[in-house]
Amino acid sequence: MTNEKGRFGIHGGQYIPETLMNAVMELEQAYDHYKNDPEFNRELTDLFNRYAGRPSLLYYAERMSTDLGGAQIYLKREDLNHTGAHKINNVLGQALLAKKMGKTRLIAETGAGQHGVATATAAAYFGMECVVFMGEEDIRRQALNVYKMKLLGSDVIPVTTGTGTLKDAVSEAMREWTRRIDDTHYCLGSVMGPHPFPTIVRDFQAVISKEMREQFLQETGKLPDAVIACVGGGSNAIGSFYHFINDPGVRLIGCEAAGRGIDTFETAATINTGREGIFHGMKSYFCQDEFGQIAPVYSISAGLDYPGIGPEHAWLHDIGRAEYVPITDDEAVNAFEYLSRTEGVIPAIESAHALAYACRIAPQMSPDQCIAVTLSGRGDKDCVSIARYRGEEIEE
Amino acid sequence: MNRIRNAFVSGKAFIPFITCGDPDLETTGKLVRAMAEEGADLIELGIPFSDPTSEGPVIQDADLRALKGGVTTDRILEFVRELRKDVSVPLVFMTYANVVFSYGTERFIQRAAEVGMDGLILADVPFEERDEFLEVCERYDLDLISMIAPTSRERIRMIAGEARGFIYIVSSLGVTGVRSTITTDIGAMVRLIREVSDVPCAVGFGISTPEQAEKMAASSDGAIVGSAIVRIIEEYGRDSVEPVRKYVREMCEAVHA
Repeated sequence: MTNEKGRFGIHGGQYIPETLMNAVMELEQAYDHYKNDPEFNRELTDLFNRYAGRPSLLYYAERMSTDLGGAQIYLKREDLNHTGAHKINNVLGQALLAKKMGKTRLIAETGAGQHGVATATAAAYFGMECVVFMGEEDIRRQALNVYKMKLLGSDVIPVTTGTGTLKDAVSEAMREWTRRIDDTHYCLGSVMGPHPFPTIVRDFQAVISKEMREQFLQETGKLPDAVIACVGGGSNAIGSFYHFINDPGVRLIGCEAAGRGIDTFETAATINTGREGIFHGMKSYFCQDEFGQIAPVYSISAGLDYPGIGPEHAWLHDIGRAEYVPITDDEAVNAFEYLSRTEGVIPAIESAHALAYACRIAPQMSPDQCIAVTLSGRGDKDCVSIARYRGEEIEE
Repeated sequence: MNRIRNAFVSGKAFIPFITCGDPDLETTGKLVRAMAEEGADLIELGIPFSDPTSEGPVIQDADLRALKGGVTTDRILEFVRELRKDVSVPLVFMTYANVVFSYGTERFIQRAAEVGMDGLILADVPFEERDEFLEVCERYDLDLISMIAPTSRERIRMIAGEARGFIYIVSSLGVTGVRSTITTDIGAMVRLIREVSDVPCAVGFGISTPEQAEKMAASSDGAIVGSAIVRIIEEYGRDSVEPVRKYVREMCEAVHA
C-alpha cells in the first residue's frame, strides 16, 4: 500500500524538522533490513508468544450474540495480552528494532497510559532507559498507569502545554527526540507521525488480523462479514483491518470518539469532523479551525482523544474501503457496562466504542453473519472514571 | 536583486524574530519599525501555530498568547500590507506547514507575495517535502528558505545546492530557546555549503548575547535571534518597544562591527 516516501494516496509523508531527517532515514533503512530478516522475525515471534501471551483468543460472545438477536459476535481478545492491550505488539517490535540499531534509550508519548506502560515494560525487559511524556490532564485521569510506568523504571514527564493531552504529549516527545537523537529511539505508539512510523506500527500490529483471519477460517470456515475496531490514531484498527483489506466481502469499520457528539465542539471524531491538513509529521485528516490551528478535542477516552488519524486510514476512507463512524461517550459507556454484565469481560473504554457499534448493527444482520470486534484493551484502568461519569466517586 | 539578498550585501546580517500578534498586532507593528530603525537587516515574522513542534517554551507561549488575542492568518496578511506602506526591511514569514496548507497553499503564497513578503520558512517542511510549496513560491517570486541542522551531514550539499534567499543554519540540536553555549562547528558547515552555493547563511537557535551573535556571524553571514527578544516582549507586553529597541541596537552593533 505504501508508495513513494511512505504515501497512502495523498496522505502520509515526512513533515518534520530537518534535525530529525537523518534519524527517520536511519530508522527506515534499519526497518527495511530487519523486516525480512528471519532471525529478527523469529525473535519477535518468540517475544509475542512467550512474553506477551500471543496468539490472543478469538472469543465467541454467545450471550451477547443471543441477546442482540442478529449477527454472531466474536471478540479478538487483545485485552488478554501482557500489559492488557494491543499496544505491546508494536512496542516489542520497535524495542527489538531499536536494540538492533544500537539505541539504549526509548522515549514515548502516551494518552490513556497503555502505550506508556507497554513501552516501560519493553524498556525494563530489554534493559533500556525509558522516558514517557504524558499530558497532565491524562496523568490525572490515569493515575494507576502513571504508577505502573514508574514501577517499571521509567520517568514520566508531565506535559503542561496546550490541552495537556495526547497531542501535546506527541509534540513534546518529538521535541525531545530533536534534543537527543544518537542513543534514543522514539517509540511512537500509533500508525501516525512521519514515514516510516505508520508502516512500521501497522506491520507490528498486523499480527491481530493475521491471527484473526486464521482463527475465523478455523472456527467458522469463513471470513467475518464485518471487522470493527476503535480509532484514535488507529493502530489497533489498522492491525485488525490489514489482512482483510483485499477481501471485499469483509466490511471494515473504524469507530471514532464523538465525545459529546459530532455536532458539538467536544468531539475527537477526525474523519467525521476534520479536514485535510499537515501535522505531527504527516498529511492526513485533522480537527482544526479555518486557519489550520489544531482544535482542542475531547473524548471520555484518553486513548482516542487525538485530533488526527493515521494516514492509511485517511486513504482507506478516501477510496471507500473502510467506514468511519462516530460513537458518543454515552454509547461507549453503555457498551462498557453491557459487555461487563453480559459476558463478564470489562473492556477498555476505547474498545467500548467498537462494541457500541457492534450492538447497533448486529440486530440488523442475520444470525448466519459474523462480526469481529477487536477488544483492544481491558477496562480496569477506566473503572474510576466511568464510575465518576455515572455520578459515583470511588477510591482507586 | 531581491530584498533578501540585499540584507547581506553590506556585511553581516542581524535577523530578529517576533511572533505576529504577541501581544497584539499594533505592538508588532511598532516593534518591526523599531527593529528596522536600529539596523535589523531582515525580520522574521512568526505566524502563530497552536502546536509549534520546533519551538521551545518561550515561543510556544508567544504563539498561544497571540492566538488567544485573536490574531489570524488573514489579519496578519492585512497587517503586512499596512506595514509595507512605510517599511522596506526584508520580511520573511516563519510558520508551520498546516498554516499554509490549510489556508490553501497557492492562496497563501499569492497573498503573502502580494502584500510584500519576501520569503517563507516552514519549520516542518524538509527538503523531501518542499516541492508542493516550492513550485508555488517560485511562481510568485517568494523565497522558500532552506534549513540545515547539525545532524544534516551528507544532506548539506543536496539542500544547499538548491537553496534560495538565505540558508537557515540550525545551531544546535533541539528546539528554539536560549542556550549558554553552542558547540556545533558552524564554520565546518558553512565550508560544506560554500562548495555548492553562494547563498548567504545565517545561524539561529540558542543565540541571546552580543558575544554569541558576533561569534556566529563571524563564521557565517548573519545571526538570527528569536527567543531572547520574545522573552522581552513576554515581560513588557505593550511596553516592550523601547527595551526591544535597546536590545536590537546592541545586537546589531555586535554583528555589524
